[in-house]
Amino acid sequence: MTITLTHFLIISAVLFSFGIYAVLTRRNAIMVLMGLELILNSANINFLAFSRFGGMNIEGQMAAIFVIILAAAEAAVALAIVLNIYKRFNTVNVDEISLLKD
Amino acid sequence: MIPELNIALAILLLPLVSFVLLIFFGKRFMEKSGLVGTTFLGIDLLLAIYIFFSKLAVETRWDFTFTWIDFHTVVNNVPLKIDIGIMVDNLTAVMLVVVTLISFLVHLFSIAYMKDDVRYSRYYANLGIFTFSMLGIVLTNNYLLMYVFWELVGLSSYLLIGHWYEKKSASDAAKKAFVVNRVGDLGFFIGIMIVWMQFSTLTFDGIFSAIGHGNIPFGSNTWLTAAGLLIFCGAVGKSAQFPLHVWLPDAMEGPTPVSALIHAATMVAAGVYLVARTFPMLTADALMVIAYTGAITAFVAASIAIVQNDIKKILAYSTVSQLGYMVMGLGVGAYTAGVMHLVTHAAFKAGLFLASGSVIYAMHHALHHLNDHHTDAQDVRFMGGLKSKMPVTFWTMTIFTLAISGVPLTSGFLSKDEILAGTLAYSHFTGHSLIPIIGFLVAGLTAFYMFRMLILTFMGEHHDKHRLDHIHESPRVMTIPLMVLAALSFFVFFSFNPISASQGWFFQKMTYPTVAVPEAIASTPTVEFIEEIHHQHTMAMVLSVAVSGIGILLAFVTYFWKKISADAFERALKPVHTFLYRKWFFDELYDATAVAATLGTARLLAWFDGTIIDGVVNGAGWLTKLVSVFSGKFDSYVVDGAVNFTAYFAGLLGLSVRKVQTGKVQTYMIFAIIGFMVLLALYI
Repeated sequence: MTITLTHFLIISAVLFSFGIYAVLTRRNAIMVLMGLELILNSANINFLAFSRFGGMNIEGQMAAIFVIILAAAEAAVALAIVLNIYKRFNTVNVDEISLLKD
Repeated sequence: MIPELNIALAILLLPLVSFVLLIFFGKRFMEKSGLVGTTFLGIDLLLAIYIFFSKLAVETRWDFTFTWIDFHTVVNNVPLKIDIGIMVDNLTAVMLVVVTLISFLVHLFSIAYMKDDVRYSRYYANLGIFTFSMLGIVLTNNYLLMYVFWELVGLSSYLLIGHWYEKKSASDAAKKAFVVNRVGDLGFFIGIMIVWMQFSTLTFDGIFSAIGHGNIPFGSNTWLTAAGLLIFCGAVGKSAQFPLHVWLPDAMEGPTPVSALIHAATMVAAGVYLVARTFPMLTADALMVIAYTGAITAFVAASIAIVQNDIKKILAYSTVSQLGYMVMGLGVGAYTAGVMHLVTHAAFKAGLFLASGSVIYAMHHALHHLNDHHTDAQDVRFMGGLKSKMPVTFWTMTIFTLAISGVPLTSGFLSKDEILAGTLAYSHFTGHSLIPIIGFLVAGLTAFYMFRMLILTFMGEHHDKHRLDHIHESPRVMTIPLMVLAALSFFVFFSFNPISASQGWFFQKMTYPTVAVPEAIASTPTVEFIEEIHHQHTMAMVLSVAVSGIGILLAFVTYFWKKISADAFERALKPVHTFLYRKWFFDELYDATAVAATLGTARLLAWFDGTIIDGVVNGAGWLTKLVSVFSGKFDSYVVDGAVNFTAYFAGLLGLSVRKVQTGKVQTYMIFAIIGFMVLLALYI
């Protein structure tokens, strides 16, 4: 059995769904951030798969590297925010941080 | 402008200056006010005498006219413009002296008489504007300015008669004088309007020359007569002629010197002066009406004067009677005689009033001294025997009484004689024999009631010996005017011939004006008339001396020797006495007719106003209120309801929708993803 583009895309879709699921269901902010990482990485898989099987060639890999860099930056900023939230509210449970509601 | 006219203008304006000074700075002058006013009038008198002599020396008339308003249109081939100006002819020159002289003496007299008055400076200010107005009447050369000054005289007489306005009777008398005068002025105004409509000019010259050229109002002789009579209406009001004479006796409520001024030289003289001025345009019919008006006035007033007890009331009715005489004189065509009687009467009537003022002053002080507040200081029945205590007042009063009674050697004799001769001539030409009969009858009555007053006041016994001790002669400042006026009551000032005035300067200078009306409707030509007067003169003189003599004799028999009992007569003729004492019931008649009608109309109008007009207004208000209540309800329920409901609905909507906004980021994301999936489902 040969591995085709479709397999990659299926894996990517599954990973994406896990990421979405984690973002939507986790109550812990850290867990939400981890879900985001999954989503970003599913996108990376897509980039690489299209770079290998599609016409994107090297540009796909370049985009993936950019995404990794972005993810690192995002993680750094997001974790800093989470730390601050924890300092302020003494919790990282996103359900309890509902200041926007009022 | 001729230099003399500048002086004439100064004569006119000096009293006005006095008025302005005293009305604005009267408080500062205080008791000096009298001196200020008197000084101004003294200068005025000197200027008037100067004008008098320089005018009588020349034949020409001084006239200055300028166009006040030019309408720049032409009506009836005459440019439509209003000319006004001043004029001095012989009549004006004489009147100037008369007015300023009497006014000056009244000013002088009042210094003592009004000394303790509360409104001393106001009094002098009013005297000033009164004199100014009167001088304006005699100086103007057109009916427009004359009407203006005419009304000013009415106003200032109102102020002076009502000087003691705290007294109800005084303020009523002032109102009465003003209102009654307005009645006459209405006719005067209509007359002026007719003249203006026809001739487009109001100057005397312009009107008379237009009539002289055959231009008469609306081409009708009747209109010319009507215009003359309407102008005469003004004189009826001002000169207190029947039937508008009722205001004058009431005007006695003013201070006595004011009575002297109003009843001798100003105001009442204005009416006679007006007739004299209008003389050239009066038709024979108009003159006849005027003559009869004068005769009726003279008789009615004389008959009332016989029974009055108030010294000032007697003099008031004698004034009305003498004014009737003047008007009658002018009416019959004896122009010069009428004007002359105006002048001679001015002197002795002013004197009579001032002398009565002197008596009242003395009586008042005596009564005041004895703390007697019940006795009337003006009632002749409480006087008597004042001769020895007030010699100057008595002797001057005697001279004035002789003059007004028409006793030879006095000025009154000269003028009255000429008027009576005129009435005889008039009856000779026209057959109206009633007029001379009334004339002679009134002459007798006048002599009777004047001597009655003199005897009751000064002779006989004073019925309260104690009071007589407190009566003193008035101060010098009051007696000097009396002496001056007494001197002027002698014949020499008017004619050197004591029995005939026709050779004197007055008749030489005061010639008949040229009659302007068409010959067909004019009265007897002047030349023939004067001729006839000369024929009748001796007869008139003899008759007038006889009737005056009888009148005087009767007065002495009744009141001095008491051979005839006046009381018995009074009881025997009770209805007649009451009729005369109540002044022929004129006041009652007018109260019942004119006053009641006016008040009735006023009440009707007030009812109409209060019920109908106010009803409509209030109804409209009520309706508006009703509508506004509805409108308010609509506003608060419908409009506000809609607005509130919108807000409430929006709030309700918000409440239900706000549940979506949980504040949870994950929920939002779910929405975003669901939304995305929906869009995806729609487009794929």
